[in-house]
Amino acid sequence: MTTATDKSAANSEATAGQWMRMYRQMVSIRLFEEQVNELYTRALMPGLAHLYIGEEAVAVGVCDALRTDDYITSTHRGHGHCLAKGASPDRMFAELLGKEAGYCKGKGGSMHIADPATGNLGANAIVAGSVGIATGAALSAKRLGKDRVAVCFFAEGALGQGVLYEVMNVASLWKLPVIYVCENNLYTEYTHFTETTAGDIPARAAAFGLQAEAVDGQDVRAVYETAGRLVDRARRGDGPSFLVCNTYRYTGHHVGDINREYYRSKEEEKHWKTERDPLKLLADWLVAQGIADSSQFKGIQSEVETEMKKAVQFAVAASYPSVSEVEQDVYA
Amino acid sequence: MIRVCIFGEDVAEAGTPFKVLSGLVEEFGTERVLDTPISEAGFTGIAVGAAMTGLRPIVDIMFGDFITLTMDQMVNQAAKVHYMSGGAWKVPMVMRTTLGATRRSGAQHSQSLHAWFSHVPGLKVVMPSTPYDAKGLLKTAIRDENPVVFFEDKMMYTKLKGPVPTEEYTIPFGVADVKRVGRDITLVATSSMVQVALGAADLLEQTGVSAEVVDPRTMWPLDEKTLIDSAKKTSRVIVIDEGYERYGVTAEIAAVIAEGAFYNLDSPVKRMGAMHIPIPFSPPLEDATVPTEKSVFEVARRLCGQA
Repeated sequence: MTTATDKSAANSEATAGQWMRMYRQMVSIRLFEEQVNELYTRALMPGLAHLYIGEEAVAVGVCDALRTDDYITSTHRGHGHCLAKGASPDRMFAELLGKEAGYCKGKGGSMHIADPATGNLGANAIVAGSVGIATGAALSAKRLGKDRVAVCFFAEGALGQGVLYEVMNVASLWKLPVIYVCENNLYTEYTHFTETTAGDIPARAAAFGLQAEAVDGQDVRAVYETAGRLVDRARRGDGPSFLVCNTYRYTGHHVGDINREYYRSKEEEKHWKTERDPLKLLADWLVAQGIADSSQFKGIQSEVETEMKKAVQFAVAASYPSVSEVEQDVYA
Repeated sequence: MIRVCIFGEDVAEAGTPFKVLSGLVEEFGTERVLDTPISEAGFTGIAVGAAMTGLRPIVDIMFGDFITLTMDQMVNQAAKVHYMSGGAWKVPMVMRTTLGATRRSGAQHSQSLHAWFSHVPGLKVVMPSTPYDAKGLLKTAIRDENPVVFFEDKMMYTKLKGPVPTEEYTIPFGVADVKRVGRDITLVATSSMVQVALGAADLLEQTGVSAEVVDPRTMWPLDEKTLIDSAKKTSRVIVIDEGYERYGVTAEIAAVIAEGAFYNLDSPVKRMGAMHIPIPFSPPLEDATVPTEKSVFEVARRLCGQA
């Protein structure tokens, strides 16, 4: 299993090894999600799941700019964030299947994976539900004198929730070390974001005095570079920021959203998958730089495939929690 | 490490509009006593995250009516974080807020909405009725590892005086307090209604009826045993609470007593709560909406066969 390693606070230029690790992490997220889709179609997984395929560069680029003890909050489409922050696929699959070995003992499920060991405060199934939590974690970091930062992942759908603006206002007033990462994947469930979002997105954050930037969310190098700057800034005590990552959700809102032509065209999907794929963009660059060749990418693909299959096997074979545990953990 | 802090609207220099926090910021400083914007949802959510990561925040929601603005943060976040994470994260935070009508404040500043939080697993709900209980229960709330909602009767701030020891003490949750011992009827009363029940008990005594007044002190955890034992002893019960009667805490407590003391009861358990209407402004109308010493006295007499 790949585990997160502590990175230096200075995120200037990644090394060749770091780019290769980020490539591998993106492959891990994609193959994890493909396995999730497989589990769903084989009716092995209870409930639903929201796949992160297409958006891998955002989670990986941002989380690689973080330390293990930095905090993140995540969303219903959160598998990529959890993996990028250092969670293990086997315990994640176990959680998705409602098994005792899962990160939340099966009580959370796909939309609620949390892991203190990697600073993951939890995925949240209320849109914008974790913006307060991330901001509060930043308050703790500042008050307790830790130089930790908090990253709040959400998608453009959360821009419709008022609580986001309440906490950005406070974060700016109190100069909290929090980075709001808005993954604009273009679709708020089944509706194009332009039908729900007026005006300019970064301007909304800039109005509160946050450092607001936008970046190509398919380009992991751009995401990493920008996130690194904003993380360093927060860690220095220079306050909160807002980063829009322009990206694309390759698949439906959830695994069952198969027929999508009433809200977007197949041509559009094809364009993003062939021209704007984050894995391909990084691989092409690595080849052009002479850092890697195509055989290495095939090797990574094959290794990660094996790893994911083993992780799924672990989860399928794992036990369900005993019914006697149903009332445990209501109160600490 | 100093982890306890309080934030909310006008909690620092103003000491809240009720002046209950006067002097706090002077003693503890603006690092620990923080004024917020008027953003109840936002600063309550911030408290959830701060509690998860090492602080013990207390949020101040000026009027209990404003808890509606915090509902997602309390119900979907604070209450569920521990369970959803399989016990991995915990949320040791306190929300202090107020309840109570008859302050001539109109329909949006007069409600007693503690039943809403009492309905939600993962939250604890505290309702002190005396200054002594307020101190002991608040300390317990701050030290609890879970989200606790602490309802204070805003009329009590100015009307009720009582001894409060300066030394350290705590009062455990889930332990009811018998505020007056009696034998003929049990008056279960919460928060603002404890004084009403004690007043009614004085009136009843003059007619020869001995009333016992039991204050559950915490809605959850609920001390079912003390309530049931008192009901078994007296055989008649009125449950009095300032929240809306319909689907309110009086219904829950009455059901607990009916199930636990059924064969010892001489009459059905009676509920007395706020009328099922928005609280009106006009004084004579507002006064008619909540139980009073006189209305409790009259209902108790009827239950005891005196009227």
